[in-house]
Amino acid sequence: MKIIVCLKQVPDTNEVKIDPVKGTLIREGVPSIINPDDRNALEEALKIKDKCKDTVVTVVSMGPPQADVALKEALAIGADEAILLSDRAFAGSDTWATSTAIAGAIKNIGDYDIIFCGRQAIDGDTAQVGPQIAEHLGIPQITYVEELEILDGKVRAKRALEDGYFVVESEMPVLLTAIKELNEPRYPSIKGIYKAYRENKVTVWTANDYEVDRDNLGLDGSPTEVNKSFTPPGKASEVEMLNGDAKEAARQLVVRLKERKII
Amino acid sequence: MNFTLTKEQEMVRTVMREFAENEVKPIAADIDETGRFPRENVEKMARYNMLGIPFPEELGGAGGDELAYAIAVEELSRVCGTTGVILSAHTSLGCWPIYKYGTEEQKQKYLIPLAKGEKLGAFALTEPNAGTDAAGQQTIAVEDGDNYILNGSKIFITNGGQADVYIVFAMTDRTKGTRGISAFIVEKDTPGFTIGKIEEKMGIRASSTAELIFQNCVIPKENLLGELGKGFKIAMTTLDGGRIGIAAQALGIAQGALDETVQYLKERKQFGRSLSKFQGLQWMIADMATEIEAARMLVYRAAYNKANGLPYNKEAAMAKLFAANTAMNVTTKCVQLHGGYGYTKDYPVERMMRDAKITEIYEGTSQVQQMVIAGHLLR
Repeated sequence: MKIIVCLKQVPDTNEVKIDPVKGTLIREGVPSIINPDDRNALEEALKIKDKCKDTVVTVVSMGPPQADVALKEALAIGADEAILLSDRAFAGSDTWATSTAIAGAIKNIGDYDIIFCGRQAIDGDTAQVGPQIAEHLGIPQITYVEELEILDGKVRAKRALEDGYFVVESEMPVLLTAIKELNEPRYPSIKGIYKAYRENKVTVWTANDYEVDRDNLGLDGSPTEVNKSFTPPGKASEVEMLNGDAKEAARQLVVRLKERKII
Repeated sequence: MNFTLTKEQEMVRTVMREFAENEVKPIAADIDETGRFPRENVEKMARYNMLGIPFPEELGGAGGDELAYAIAVEELSRVCGTTGVILSAHTSLGCWPIYKYGTEEQKQKYLIPLAKGEKLGAFALTEPNAGTDAAGQQTIAVEDGDNYILNGSKIFITNGGQADVYIVFAMTDRTKGTRGISAFIVEKDTPGFTIGKIEEKMGIRASSTAELIFQNCVIPKENLLGELGKGFKIAMTTLDGGRIGIAAQALGIAQGALDETVQYLKERKQFGRSLSKFQGLQWMIADMATEIEAARMLVYRAAYNKANGLPYNKEAAMAKLFAANTAMNVTTKCVQLHGGYGYTKDYPVERMMRDAKITEIYEGTSQVQQMVIAGHLLR
């Protein structure tokens, strides 16, 4: 089987501080990590590879040259090869331009059965790039996957929703977006780290290295305009006091819980 | 002079930090309380080749280096001194002598499974009457056809009772003093080899510290490690490397205590402001951070020398002397900065202070390190 995993290098938001004046992230000195949901995406690909040895897992990322570290980490975790899309032409991309660049690269790779993406990146939280890649490629997509089964030529996925789940089957090739409930990501092995740097299987592609619509790349190719960044005021939590004696309060509590389908 | 870690070493640190925080820290207080050996940590470390970091891949290792290994011990010890010393004793004392002095057959049979983490290693030199005076070995090994017959006992053996392979030192010729000591590879479950008392300790409480008893224990001659009569040299050179591991453990404990304390000072309020706003306490934090960084430089320097084939006997002694002293000093101050809470088991600095003390004692006391260092200067 051929699996492509899309991953993004993001600032570790646990370590991020907000500039109190500008309201933007202070990125200086913040360590970069593989986006957490993308680690789940990679883990699921590697679980398939554990069972089916002739599986090839290719990771694809778009980013500055420093994103090489994230791809080396993915190789150390167990991916077979890595492609870094890195070019000034990609700079300033919104989700549309990003998905254009990545989908173009995947078309150029050509042969694949499953594309895994993380649900969303912790620095942008859009959850758009995965679905957009599927649309660019004209293949089915299943988002928010929390359980996955590989059947003969098909996948069966459990999609998590806010108050329930769907079980969806799809033919391959298919794009799946992973949520953290899907699995417990493994760590890079120490041997894998040294091997990743020794073998250096990260291939860098610029926008000239494959066929892609250049009008839809980078800042100029991005329809999104950021007018303002700000921290929204915190939501006040709703508290309702149930009055009356214990029996009446308990009855009302049962009603409220039933209304919310908790019981 | 280059103070930058390699990209591989940087990534080893990141991974070890994440592994330690997620897998080791959650059980650290519990295993300290119960004294239960954390077998699950050993198994998890094996899965990620953490038990053979500095050894080549063809010998079961990760193909890493000594500095990456020191960083691994440091990061584990930052959250759990016990897990740090399990790794250190296994790697430096259990595996390394076979790597350095073993025959090809011994490497195939013992080092590969050890470095892969399928087996755990230990090192048995200390005896009831041979501590700092390690030359006073009373365990004897007598030649008998194709075997040696081992009799005697060892104490304070780290990983004792949990390890599968032991490097055991014994007198093969009493008339020759230190030149009459030889080293042997002894498998657990060898008839005549039993585990005696397991020590109840002040710190690193979940590390197994055991007595080993040998009664007419038959060791095949092919398990003689290195040349006959070279055991003392093997022991001393092995301890030189072991000291880098323990120095890294001490460094990690100190860093862990400081990190906990920085967090605490920001959160704890007295007199209407957080403790971090008090200048007297800021000065203590600054001094501790500086001392830890100095210790780190000594530890990394010693590891670097070992990795690059440079002399490291004095450097390892200095690193261990200074880092152990730093660990004790820093953890004591960190308990002080936590006030009454620091004296309780609700905060990890209490455990860290108890764990720190052993680093001034084992693999050569601080006084032994001073002897080694002075020996270089005054010979």
